[in-house]
Amino acid sequence: MKLIKSIVRPHKVDDVRDALEKLNIAGMTVTDVRGHGRQKGHTAVYRGKEYSVSLLPKVEIEVVVPDAVAEDVIEAIMAAARTGEIGDGRVFVIPVEQSYNIRTGERDV
Amino acid sequence: MSSAVNAADTAWMLVATALVLLMTPALAFFYGGLVRSKNALNTMMMSFVSLGFVVVFWALIGYSLAFSTGGAWVGDLSRIFLRGVGLEAQGTIPHVLFMAYQGTFAIITAALISGAIVERMRFSVYVLFITLWALLVYSPVAHWVWGGGWLAKWGALDFAGGTVVHVNAAVAALAAAIVVGKRQDYPSASLLPHSVPLTLLGAGLLWFGWFGFNAGSALAASPIAGLAFVTTMLAPAATLFVWTFLDALRSRKPTAVGAATAIVVGLVAITPAAGFISPMSALALGAIAAVPSYLGLMIRVKTSLDDSLDVVAAHGVGGTVGALLTGLFAQKSWNGVADGALFGNPRQLLIQATAVGAVAVYSGVVSFVLLKVISLVAPLRANADDESTGLDVTLHGEEAYLHEG
Amino acid sequence: MKLIKSIVRPNKVDDIREALEKLNVAGMTVTDVRGHGRQKGHTAVYRGKEYSVSLIPKVEIDVVVPNDLAEAVVTAIVESARTGEIGDGRVFVFPAEQGYNIRTGERDI
Repeated sequence: MKLIKSIVRPHKVDDVRDALEKLNIAGMTVTDVRGHGRQKGHTAVYRGKEYSVSLLPKVEIEVVVPDAVAEDVIEAIMAAARTGEIGDGRVFVIPVEQSYNIRTGERDV
Repeated sequence: MSSAVNAADTAWMLVATALVLLMTPALAFFYGGLVRSKNALNTMMMSFVSLGFVVVFWALIGYSLAFSTGGAWVGDLSRIFLRGVGLEAQGTIPHVLFMAYQGTFAIITAALISGAIVERMRFSVYVLFITLWALLVYSPVAHWVWGGGWLAKWGALDFAGGTVVHVNAAVAALAAAIVVGKRQDYPSASLLPHSVPLTLLGAGLLWFGWFGFNAGSALAASPIAGLAFVTTMLAPAATLFVWTFLDALRSRKPTAVGAATAIVVGLVAITPAAGFISPMSALALGAIAAVPSYLGLMIRVKTSLDDSLDVVAAHGVGGTVGALLTGLFAQKSWNGVADGALFGNPRQLLIQATAVGAVAVYSGVVSFVLLKVISLVAPLRANADDESTGLDVTLHGEEAYLHEG
Repeated sequence: MKLIKSIVRPNKVDDIREALEKLNVAGMTVTDVRGHGRQKGHTAVYRGKEYSVSLIPKVEIDVVVPNDLAEAVVTAIVESARTGEIGDGRVFVFPAEQGYNIRTGERDI
């Protein structure tokens, strides 16, 4: 299995979720994060002093999928999340050794 | 002058007292929003606790030291434990109400000091400090200006506390910032407000309550109360107007924190002048007052003084500018008491400057000494680890924003 | 590539960001989390009753870097995040099989 970890723009979450649903991916975990790649942050002004705020709000979406569907999932996420501007985000693929269903105790692999 | 209690005056002063009491929780919101979330509760507690400790000692001794006859420098003990403070008229309102109204001023003056030393002071020591400060500094100064003391005899004009409250608290705050020292993380970049909406809420409630602070200082439901009410609306409006342009000029973006600050600066500046100057003068005063305080903020940022929430720039500079402009704009045809420099009485300006100077020196020296003496028996600062972790958890055992469960 | 996941004290984020900038690591993702290792939490008092709050606020920082940079990055993070007290946190290293740039569609490997 693969853990597919995507960092995307917050307003793209629904699009990504729709795309995953179409591929029958049931489970996903969504976290509010802050981060940046090469995207510049913004300047905040507080009491006359300027501050660089370079950590931008993003959303992290994690799904764990069988190896066979990993590539389709990656393409779907990328297509749904892309705007073409710097700051679109990234997708990372991490190998997963094992996965368990807490309710039933079953192993996935 | 009537010695009977007047129903209309009493009704208004009941409301005014409640309005001024509300200003202390409002200050808690204003300050609380400006600090990091790990210190939000500690910051707000510094205001809320004043509602307990300062009030108790005001009733027991503070009122007597401020408002009994006494001498030129302080009242006497004739009114301790509120002896002789009953339902009889003090002016045209019940004496107990007058005492309560004045007490709400003591509460917020003490709480104002906290702005300079947030995020690093030991809470128990802070409580001890403000309780003693209210007795040793606030009461005498209130006596000088409002209790028949020497500044009152000199003709100093301070309608609602530009010197007694704002200059007084600001200089004490300066002393505290110096003695307690700066925050560990100052002046790093991440000392940003955790909740600007709370600060805006605080500014709005402060303005609301300030109508009681200024218009209530007429101590009657009178035309002068009406004047003070109107000037309290116009001056901060003018300050906010000018400040928006100052902010936009500096960074092309008018900020919400700037707006909240501007409102407070305007309110502080009109405080000594509220019932003494004309409405148009109030617009001018508010507009003028924006500039020195704005500069004060910019200057402080460049120094190593960690007056964390800019008590000096807002209350010290604002109160001083307001007190001096009172000496300029006071108009006897409006206030029935005295003219200022612009209306043929330049001496008033000198009297105002003396009042500001005397209050500043007394408050500064006594506050400094008081803190130094306290520091001999107990550390003023939280230890470095506690400061790092956050004072809410370490000094109060509470978190403002718990996400568990 | 490696996914380097660090759990650190919240007041160490700026130090770590600076250390990563010095190594030219451009991208990072930051999340507010709560957790603990052996660090004891604190006791909260609510309405006269005491509660153990053992989940302590921490910050999780994720960076994905080429294999040859991984050791230097781990060392930089550990050094800038350390105070010497219990509760300094941990750094974990995961293999990242692949990384994609959402805007351009490019693969990192």
